[in-house]
Amino acid sequence: MQRITELLQGLGSRVTGWIWRLGFAARFFWLTLRHSGTAFRRFYLTIREIYFAGVLSLVIILVSGLFVGMVLGLQGYDTLVRYGSSEALGVLVALSLTKELGPVVAGLLFASRAGSAITAEIGLMKATEQLAAMEMMAVDPIARVVAPRFWAGVVSMPLLAALFSAMGIFGGYLVGVRFIGVDEGSFWSQMQAAVDFQEDILSGIFKSVVFGIAITWIAVFEGYDAPPTAEGVSRATTRTVVTSSLAVLALDFVMTALMFRGI
Amino acid sequence: MMSRKELDLWVGLFVAIGIAALLFLALKVAGQSSFSASHTYQIEAKFDNIGGLKVRAPVKSSGVVVGRVNSVRFDNETFKAVVNMTLDGRFQFPRDSSAKILTSGLLGEQYVGLDAGGDSANLKNGDTLKITQSAVVLENLISQFLYSKAAEPSPGAPDSKAPDSKK
Repeated sequence: MQRITELLQGLGSRVTGWIWRLGFAARFFWLTLRHSGTAFRRFYLTIREIYFAGVLSLVIILVSGLFVGMVLGLQGYDTLVRYGSSEALGVLVALSLTKELGPVVAGLLFASRAGSAITAEIGLMKATEQLAAMEMMAVDPIARVVAPRFWAGVVSMPLLAALFSAMGIFGGYLVGVRFIGVDEGSFWSQMQAAVDFQEDILSGIFKSVVFGIAITWIAVFEGYDAPPTAEGVSRATTRTVVTSSLAVLALDFVMTALMFRGI
Repeated sequence: MMSRKELDLWVGLFVAIGIAALLFLALKVAGQSSFSASHTYQIEAKFDNIGGLKVRAPVKSSGVVVGRVNSVRFDNETFKAVVNMTLDGRFQFPRDSSAKILTSGLLGEQYVGLDAGGDSANLKNGDTLKITQSAVVLENLISQFLYSKAAEPSPGAPDSKAPDSKK
């Protein structure tokens, strides 16, 4: 009996703690949005963060996009050629990149490249009491530190996803047309006939905007909420990568299911 | 730490190539034309059988895409399928044009083919096409073929030479 009560108590305290944290994160999100004025009025702050989140992520996004596209080209050709429809390679590469792989893989890379950096930076600022010092000087740390990073992530993510997709399609073109020798005209024309701007490209961009919001929200919250110790910051950084990666995959499924209209 | 101008330059470059990638996706990959922007009109056609026609399937005339299927519904009074199509306003068709449901390739998806008629008046928004031809259903085709085969008097029936000559 004693054991069961303890077990239930443990479960209860876990669930309450979890819900508390979720509520705190939601209030934090609302606060960030409300204090976003500074991020736009002093746009320089946001530009600096776009540099750190977006520009510095360019290399990894472009290189992995190219390789993902080239692998898609090789594997897709291998399967398509069995059915004598190797010209559909462009369709395969373009659709899988713009609808799914572009936003999702770019989101995962962005979470590990930029999300972790944001968490570590804010967590360290908290640990070294820089945030407290700001409050002493009547500078709102959410407006000065959190909101610019949040908006920088939201702006960078769709651009990075689009670059990833474009680079991947270029990679597929390199392997399919230049290397294997699929006909160039039908590669592009079949792609253009099958890819729809609204349904495929805009839905991919919409996904990447949602991922950008989710990843940076998790990143700034984890940093702000991190215990002000070395161990706390390192744990928060790990949690950011794990939680935001899972969030990207889960949100992707939900959005694909909502957009799915193949009935 | 970088100077402010240098930062602006890098971020500007990043945003510019990001937008260039978006344009590449829109123009080169999706082949976005001015189709959705220009004005359109809607027509309807009734079919006995639409086969596997889907919403957003292309409407083609002479092989060129002139519109898209808007909706497919079942009319419970005539027991026919009513296909609503949106056509590009740049393309006008005579009122007695006919529509049929075709298949691209052997296993490809189905689309609506428009054949221009000879009437001097053109189709207007909300018009219904009079002449339509249903989709070819493979099962019906096969059964027709089998029936016509069975009805034939089978000319080579008493031909028993082949097994004999083997001996």
